[in-house]
Amino acid sequence: MAEENEKELVSMAKPSEGSGGKTGTWRIKRPEIDYDKCTKCDTCVMFCVENVIVKDSESKPVIDYDYCKGCGVCADVCPVKAIEMLNEAK
Amino acid sequence: MPGEEEKQMQNRRQIGAMVGNHAVAYAVKQAKPTVLSVYPITPQTTMLEKLADYVSTGELNARLIKVESEHSVLATIYGASLAGARVFTATASQGLLYMAEMVYWAGGARVPIVGAIATRAIGPPWSIWTDNQDIMAMRDTAWLQAMAENVQEAYDLTLLAFRISEDKRVLMPMMLGFDGFVLTHTMERLETLDDATVDAFLPKRDYALIDFEDPKGIGAVAGPKTYMDYKYKAKQAMDSAKLSIKEIMAEYNEIAGTNYNTTECYKCEDAEYLLVAMGAWSGDAKAAVDELRQQGKKAGLLKITVFRPFPNEDVLKQAKGKEVIVLDRAYSYGSSGVLALEVKSALYGTQTKVHSVIAGLGGRDVTPQQIEKLVEDCASGTLEDERWLL
Repeated sequence: MAEENEKELVSMAKPSEGSGGKTGTWRIKRPEIDYDKCTKCDTCVMFCVENVIVKDSESKPVIDYDYCKGCGVCADVCPVKAIEMLNEAK
Repeated sequence: MPGEEEKQMQNRRQIGAMVGNHAVAYAVKQAKPTVLSVYPITPQTTMLEKLADYVSTGELNARLIKVESEHSVLATIYGASLAGARVFTATASQGLLYMAEMVYWAGGARVPIVGAIATRAIGPPWSIWTDNQDIMAMRDTAWLQAMAENVQEAYDLTLLAFRISEDKRVLMPMMLGFDGFVLTHTMERLETLDDATVDAFLPKRDYALIDFEDPKGIGAVAGPKTYMDYKYKAKQAMDSAKLSIKEIMAEYNEIAGTNYNTTECYKCEDAEYLLVAMGAWSGDAKAAVDELRQQGKKAGLLKITVFRPFPNEDVLKQAKGKEVIVLDRAYSYGSSGVLALEVKSALYGTQTKVHSVIAGLGGRDVTPQQIEKLVEDCASGTLEDERWLL
């Protein structure tokens, strides 16, 4: 949210990681990547609406569970069905 | 013999003839914007085609971005302007309405943009001909608004709009209205300034509104505690822009030998019957005034050149105590002519009689003789509070 600044003509906000809290706690289902099936095609990276799937040094997709809300888009778009949605409830 | 100063001024001006769309395109070329975003719509299309020509031949060194809608047109140049580019676009009618959401964003974010509006009626019924309903629908968007009477004014006001909009005291987008077909496609005598004179009046824009080293989200959510303060700043800026516009126009008059102000008073000082109008038919109103004066009737015209911010003080000074007839090419349904509302508001408390006349919607022809008849009816006491010239 914008903080009032006398000099600003338009509201501005400095986006920063986690300024809305760790939204991963909202999740009821978590995506798990099966790296044996994963072809590193990057489809999940492209489609992740929260931009929380990033590639590691070996180009493998890695999910940041602090901010993943568990929407399941990645599992749906994965062409080799390498992502499974698991219940968070124990 | 012309004086030295007059000779210098003559050297600065070249005389030719252009249609309104090409006159605006030529002014834009001279203003040297670096980003243009375009989507065609009648009657402004030939202007953007001309600009595309200028870009393709290298006469204008700008990035011309073709997008899929007017909404995206304004989104594109809104960002470019924040980043420091001089930007321009043009649209009309349905295109302006489709752009409307971004019109508010650009006004609210206080970014310098120049938009030429080839004013055109709004459907239904479908119409490509002129009236002012489109530009008047945008009156509350925190954009500065001006209307041109002829091709010469369309050229001059385009140059002025860049300078006014980018002035750091103002920092507001500006739309310039000029009547579709009546001005956009009509060839008239045009005096253009030479490039060096334009360059001196309109130096390269040298500031951005965002800090690239410290990127931020623009237009972020503001809660009830802060939202209104930004709106109040826009109100203050709009109010103080009145003075800045007059100063910049005076500077332009000095170098171009023109006589611009926020309003133009045509034989209005001693008038008993005062017509108030804006846009192309102001010329017809002047012809009507001349004819009425020949018959010994004291008629005059107050032309509104700048509609936003509205020149209340000028209207009050010139119209107070006269029989006022406001010509409107746009209507606020359930209320009154849009310009008539403004004039009545400026004259509040003065007991001045204001008649609202609605005419020329959807390009219906209005002749000087019809305008003369309005004044004659006013003199004989038969002009109603509101009349539609059907």
